[in-house]
Amino acid sequence: MSTFSLIWANLFRNPTRTSLTVLSVVVAFMLFMLLRAIAAAFAGGVDLAGVDRLVVSGKYSAIDSLPISHVRQIQAIEGVDLATHQHWFGGIYQDPRKFFPKHPVPPETYFEVFDELIIEPDVLARFAATRVGALATVSLAERFGWKPGDIIPILGDIWVKEDGSRLWEFELVGTYAYPPERSGGDEFLLQYEYFTESVIDHGKDAVGWITVRVSDTDRANEIAGTIDKLFENSADATRTATEDQFRRQFAAQLGDMGFITTMILTAVFFTIVLLTANTMTQALRERIPELAVLKTLGFTDSAVSLLVLGEALMLCLIGGVVGVILALFLEPGLNAQAVAFIGNFEMTPLTITSAIGLSVLVGLIVGAVPAVTAKRLTIVDALRQR
Amino acid sequence: MTALVNCRNVEKSFTKGKQTVEVLAGINLSIEEGDFLALMGPSGSGKTTLLNLIGGLDHPTGGEIEVNGKNLNALSSKALARWRSENIGFIFQFYNLLPVLTAQRNVELPLLLTKLTRGQRKKNAATALEIVGLADRGKHKPGELSGGQQQRVAIARALVADPKLLVCDEPTGDLDRDTADEILDLLQTLNAEHGKTIVVVTHDPKAADHARHTLYMDKGKLAEAVSM
Ligand SMILES: Nc1ncnc2c1ncn2[C@@H]1O[C@H](COP(=O)(O)OP(=O)(O)OP(=O)(O)O)[C@@H](O)[C@H]1O
Ligand SMILES: [Mg+2]
Repeated sequence: MSTFSLIWANLFRNPTRTSLTVLSVVVAFMLFMLLRAIAAAFAGGVDLAGVDRLVVSGKYSAIDSLPISHVRQIQAIEGVDLATHQHWFGGIYQDPRKFFPKHPVPPETYFEVFDELIIEPDVLARFAATRVGALATVSLAERFGWKPGDIIPILGDIWVKEDGSRLWEFELVGTYAYPPERSGGDEFLLQYEYFTESVIDHGKDAVGWITVRVSDTDRANEIAGTIDKLFENSADATRTATEDQFRRQFAAQLGDMGFITTMILTAVFFTIVLLTANTMTQALRERIPELAVLKTLGFTDSAVSLLVLGEALMLCLIGGVVGVILALFLEPGLNAQAVAFIGNFEMTPLTITSAIGLSVLVGLIVGAVPAVTAKRLTIVDALRQR
Repeated sequence: MTALVNCRNVEKSFTKGKQTVEVLAGINLSIEEGDFLALMGPSGSGKTTLLNLIGGLDHPTGGEIEVNGKNLNALSSKALARWRSENIGFIFQFYNLLPVLTAQRNVELPLLLTKLTRGQRKKNAATALEIVGLADRGKHKPGELSGGQQQRVAIARALVADPKLLVCDEPTGDLDRDTADEILDLLQTLNAEHGKTIVVVTHDPKAADHARHTLYMDKGKLAEAVSM
C-alpha cells in the first residue's frame, strides 16, 4: 500500500457520491472547453491577421455584397499593392449538417494576397486552368475522403444558376492548407469566374468583400480612408477595416449571443464548482473520526490535510481530464457548425492545458475547506464525537 | 524494572468559554516496563483523559509526563505525532479501523510513516495479523468482520510498529462476554510473551483479573488499589 492507494481507496468509499461528483466536474469542464472555444472563435486570428491587409465590405452590413467594379477601382488607388475578393456561396453538400464555408475567389490574386496559405504551384495552376475547379483545405478533404478529380456536387441555396438549376458541380483539383500556427478549419474555394458566369442574373458581378494588401503598412489608415471616400456617395458605400476588425464587426452581430452564452456557461461552471465543494465538505464530516485515527497513528496535521487535499485534487483532475476528452470528441461537429460565422471554433493545446490547469486549481479550491478542517482537527475532540 | 511511564502532578482542565472544568487534579503515577495496568472508575472520572495524555494525544495543563525517557511536555505536536507512531499502540472501544481499507492495509497503515520498503511493510503487517490469529482475514474489509475480529485487527495495527506501550480505552466495551475474554486473553499474551507494557481503561471487572495491577480513579484523582 502507498499513500496514493490510501487516497484512491477513499474515493471508493461511496462510489455513487464519487461518481456523481466526478460527473459534475466532467460537465463543468466540458462547459469550460466550450466557453474557451467560443471565446477563442470570437477573438479569432487577432494576433495573426496581417496588418498589411485591409478588408473592404458593405458599409452598413458585412453581408451586403459589393460590385466587382470596386475591385478594379481599389486596385488603382495609390498605395494599394494588390486587391482580391471573396464571396458568400452558402450551399448544401449532401446534408445541411455537413456544413463548411465555400467561397468563390479569383485564383490569380487570392493566393498572392493570402500568401501564408500553403499550396503547391501546380495545384494552383490547375485551379486557375480548370473552369469548374475547386480547392479544399486538407482537413476538409480528409473529412469527406475527397481525392483530386472527385466531382463535388453542391446544392445552391443562396445562388441558383442562370439556367434555373440549383445543382453546382465542382471538380476538386487539389488541396491547400493554413500554416500550422493558424489552422483555418474547413474551407472550400471555387473559381469566381465560373461562378459569376453561371449564376443567376442578380448575382452576377458582385463580390462579398474585398481584401487589399497595402504597399506600406504605415499608411494603412490613410489608404482605408481613401477607399471609403471613393465610394462614399455611391450606392455601394464601403467600410474598410483590418481583417481583425472585419471579423469582429461580423462577430459583433453574434457577439451579444456570445456574451450571454459566456455568462450562462460561467455561472453554470461556478455553480457546479460550488456544489462540488459543498459535497466534499459534507463528505468530510462523516470522516472526522477516521482522520483523528490517522492522527493518532502518527500522521501529522499537514499529512492528514494533504491526504484530504489529494483526494479533492484527484477527483477534479479525473473529472477535468474526462471532460476535456469528451469535449474533444464533440469538437469536429461544433467546428463545422461555427467556422463560417465566427471563425475558427477550435480547442487548441493551450485550451486543453488551461483546462487541466484549471481542474487542478478547482481541486485546490474545492479541497481547501476540508483540508483546513482536517488540519485543525484535534484528536481528543474528534474521538469524543463518537 | 524501570518506570516506562512517569506522571508527576499531572493536571488537566478544559476551558469552554468562561467555564473551566478541572478533570485531572494532580495525578502521580508510574508504570513499570512490562506492567499490565487496569484503570477503572466511574464514568467521567477522567480515565480517558489520563490515557490520552500518556499516549501523547494531548498536552497536560500542569505537571509533567515522561514516557520511555522522553518528556512529552517538550514535544511540538508534529514531534509528538512522530513519537506516537514509534512508541505507542492505540486500541479503542469502537476499533476505529478505516472502512475503505482491507484488514491487511489497516494494519499496514502505521508503517507508511516508516522507512520500510513496500515488501517489508506487507510482511510486518502479515506477521501482526498472524499474532492476533487473523492471518486468513487480511483481504477482508472491516465491514465483513465481526466485532471481535475487528478489534483483533485493531490490536494488530497497534502492534505492527512494535511499540513498547499499548494504551487501550475500553477495548472490550462493545463486545459480548466470550469475545471480550478472548480479547483480554490476547492482551495478556502480548504482555506475557511479547513484553508489551499495557494500560487498559475499563469498566469490566473481569479485565482486572487479567491485569497485574488495578488502579481506581475518581473525580480526577487516583485511589489506592484495592485488592479484590
Ligand atoms: N475535550 C474535552 N472538552 C471538554 N470537556 C472534556 C473533554 N474531554 C473530557 N472532558 C470532560 O472531562 C471529564 C472526564 O472525561 P473522560 O472522558 O476522561 O472520562 P472517562 O473516565 O473516560 O469516562 P467514561 O468512563 O464515560 O469514558 C468529563 O466530565 C468530560 O466531560
Ligand atoms: Mg472514557
